Amino acid sequence: MSDPTISALALTELPTKASMFKPHRIVLMAIAALLVFCVIWFMRWDWVPKYSDRLVHGVGVTLLMLFSTSILGFFLAVPIGLVQVTGPWPLKVAARVFCTVIRGTPLLLQLWLLYYGLGSLFPQFPGIRSSFLWPYLREAWPYGVAALTLSFAAYEGEVMRGAFAGVPPGELEAARAYGMSPFTVFRRIWLPRAVHRALPTLNGETVLQLKATPLVATITVIDLYAVISKVRQETYITYEPLLLLALIYLCLTAILVVAFRYFESRIPTRGA
Amino acid sequence: MADAGSLINWSLLAFDPPGWGGVMLAGLWQSLQIAVGGYTLGLILGTGGAMGKLYGGPVTKDLLEIYTTLVRAVPELVLILILYYAGTDVLNQFSALVGFGPVDISGLAAGIFVIGVVQGAYSTEVLRGAIKAVPAGQIEAARAYGMAPTQIMRRITLPAMLPHAIPGLSNLWLIATKDTALLAVVGFSELTLVTRQAAGSTKAYLLFFCAAGVLYLMITLVSNVLIGLIERHYRRGMARAA
Repeated sequence: MSDPTISALALTELPTKASMFKPHRIVLMAIAALLVFCVIWFMRWDWVPKYSDRLVHGVGVTLLMLFSTSILGFFLAVPIGLVQVTGPWPLKVAARVFCTVIRGTPLLLQLWLLYYGLGSLFPQFPGIRSSFLWPYLREAWPYGVAALTLSFAAYEGEVMRGAFAGVPPGELEAARAYGMSPFTVFRRIWLPRAVHRALPTLNGETVLQLKATPLVATITVIDLYAVISKVRQETYITYEPLLLLALIYLCLTAILVVAFRYFESRIPTRGA
Repeated sequence: MADAGSLINWSLLAFDPPGWGGVMLAGLWQSLQIAVGGYTLGLILGTGGAMGKLYGGPVTKDLLEIYTTLVRAVPELVLILILYYAGTDVLNQFSALVGFGPVDISGLAAGIFVIGVVQGAYSTEVLRGAIKAVPAGQIEAARAYGMAPTQIMRRITLPAMLPHAIPGLSNLWLIATKDTALLAVVGFSELTLVTRQAAGSTKAYLLFFCAAGVLYLMITLVSNVLIGLIERHYRRGMARAA
């Protein structure tokens, strides 16, 4: 996916403070404030204190899912991108097939394939049942982490492929002329330059990953979305929990965007 | 532990009732209908949204900004739930107000509406970016010829922005096909939910989920071929590797 498409799918910029004080915006904000007041006053929010602990826990699980899968997925994306640029052809083909298959099927299906499919296959092997991994494989979260990681790796792998291919060959030649070994060239020049090139899309990809995390609730991982579903089941309230859920995701996205802005501003770039 | 040959029971995929092949193809058909409908609705909303964002008044611009910001920041799954319940509720209350009593909304219409609203925000952003990529000189030249704004739109802006919009729009189509799977969560029997029911009742989870994966992958691959043809048609006369 190209850079503009990602920013069309995921929020990557926030409005500036100065732009907030135009006359028509003040009127709009007054209307919004009235709306928020109505929502707070006329809808039922008495369930929030009772579930606040579980909600906080759910946010924690969601964030843990987001960061662990993004980081693991990124480490997987580096080799996937690299072999597509320089690897021998079997690896190239394998990486391409992996990216096409993961990007061509819905994440929900992959999640269910891993959880229900592999989850029902594993108990048939006595070797797996007796191994130290078995207590983990009986739970849902390893399958959620695996599916989200693979998905992030496939999407970010495409980005890394473009980033590796886009590093000017002159820089790599210069490094080689200095007598660096291939691994040193990779470690000191190629990887840092490629990561630098991929950073702007990383913001959007991470927001997209956040938007994908609630799917793990469908395989019984108790994340924020699952907590809200529980609230809806127990209290028979339809809209209020969903509104709160949307608000929390909105805030999480905004925090992510601000954090990425901060990190991007700290990376020195020449020109521009 | 059975050997691999008996693990895969291919007769489960047969088209006639003991097998689930026919049911899965019906699910695929439902998914495709929703994807096409939702994508088309999204394109209509997106065209209007992009026009509004670029040429509308300040209030229109702000309202559209709120729309695209919300859709881009909140997970599709959550949006689908909210739109699904709120949409059917509002429609029911409206019909009760007019005096028709509760209406039965088809799952297909609800699905198309939900996917369309989500896609509308995405295509607003894609089309806005594509229109902005049209060189200002071309539009100025059209204005200098005395063309009316609608004429400029029809003759200059739309044809000139298409090559910029097609990569984004084709990605949106692929996302629309995959987003239909999310409707499984609200209980609409499209391909993913049908697959899960088939897998659950036969216990052949791997077989059915892999089969559904192949079907989704076929949609993507066929789409990719068609997109390549369309792109080649609209990019003719442009420099390569833009």
